[in-house]
Amino acid sequence: MSVILDYTLHLADNALVLGQRNAEWTGHGPILEEDIAMSNITLDLIGQARLLYQYAAQLRGGDTTEDTLAYLRDGSAFRNYTLLELPHHGPLVGYAQGELDFATTIVRNFLYSALMALLWQALQKSSDTTLAAIAEKSAKEARYHLQHSRDWLVKLGDGTDESHQRVQAALDHLFAYTQEFWTESAVERSAIDAGVGVDVSSLRSDWDSIIDSALAEATLHRPAAGGYVTEGKLGIHSEHLGYLLAEMQSLARTLPHATW
Amino acid sequence: MSSALKEWPLWEVFVRSKQGLEHKHCGSLHAADAPQALQMARDVYTRRQEGVSIWVVRSADIVASSPDDKGELFEPAADKIYRHPTFYDIPDDVGHM
Repeated sequence: MSVILDYTLHLADNALVLGQRNAEWTGHGPILEEDIAMSNITLDLIGQARLLYQYAAQLRGGDTTEDTLAYLRDGSAFRNYTLLELPHHGPLVGYAQGELDFATTIVRNFLYSALMALLWQALQKSSDTTLAAIAEKSAKEARYHLQHSRDWLVKLGDGTDESHQRVQAALDHLFAYTQEFWTESAVERSAIDAGVGVDVSSLRSDWDSIIDSALAEATLHRPAAGGYVTEGKLGIHSEHLGYLLAEMQSLARTLPHATW
Repeated sequence: MSSALKEWPLWEVFVRSKQGLEHKHCGSLHAADAPQALQMARDVYTRRQEGVSIWVVRSADIVASSPDDKGELFEPAADKIYRHPTFYDIPDDVGHM
């Protein structure tokens, strides 16, 4: 049972952390229409997280609820990919805390939704019927997220000199983090062996084709992935997750049991 | 490389609801091109399950009648009440029409 629980939490944390990050655009979108689009994507992700946390809470039993899983766990208990917790800007502008770089947002959403469109599709065959049902709903959302981010990627890459340079810089910054997708964790191995989880390595060539065709259309070049492989899904995170959780959890921790 | 647009063009959005037979105009939005206009129309105008089909068209491509021509275009129809089919006796057997 704990294999399913751990695997569910990994999927849930991915959705919640990226949802929380993308929510930073709400009210700050480049134009009104895009602001609404990004908020819709955020709500899809948080909706996925809720379904998964509700299931995880049921598996764990006791006093656990979706809220205690989201709001009362510390960073080291989160099992999301490191890619998803990074701020919306490149590595060298750490002094610009408030800066939201749209290219970084789009590239991350593209890399992640390309994976999830495939993963949710495959997870519909899970022997766990609850996860299979959540996957069926989420697959449609992920396909839209992929369409949205791919469209922007091509527009920015094949746009002006400045947009091309900025989206290539975001790609160069983020691409190495995708290595974590393909580095199997013990939880993933056990979930695959139990017939519950998806063997992500079987999705890799499809993911590569999605990435390569979009990059070609966007006139961008694919960076070589290499170097340190992040381990967010093992609970070893960057310093950015703590700030994200502090903002997200502070209200629930200050006023436990508050309702509105 | 193309140069940046200072302002995105305006698009008119038409949505057909699940029960509806025709697309109805429901508003407008700014988008860089047609695929993006469709996506944005989906996000702005169908968030509450309003529709099952969307049309978008560049506002600039719509040819509209001028308000100044209102007199000659529409007012001559005002006194031609015989154009309404209200002068026929309908047999009772036909029922409500």
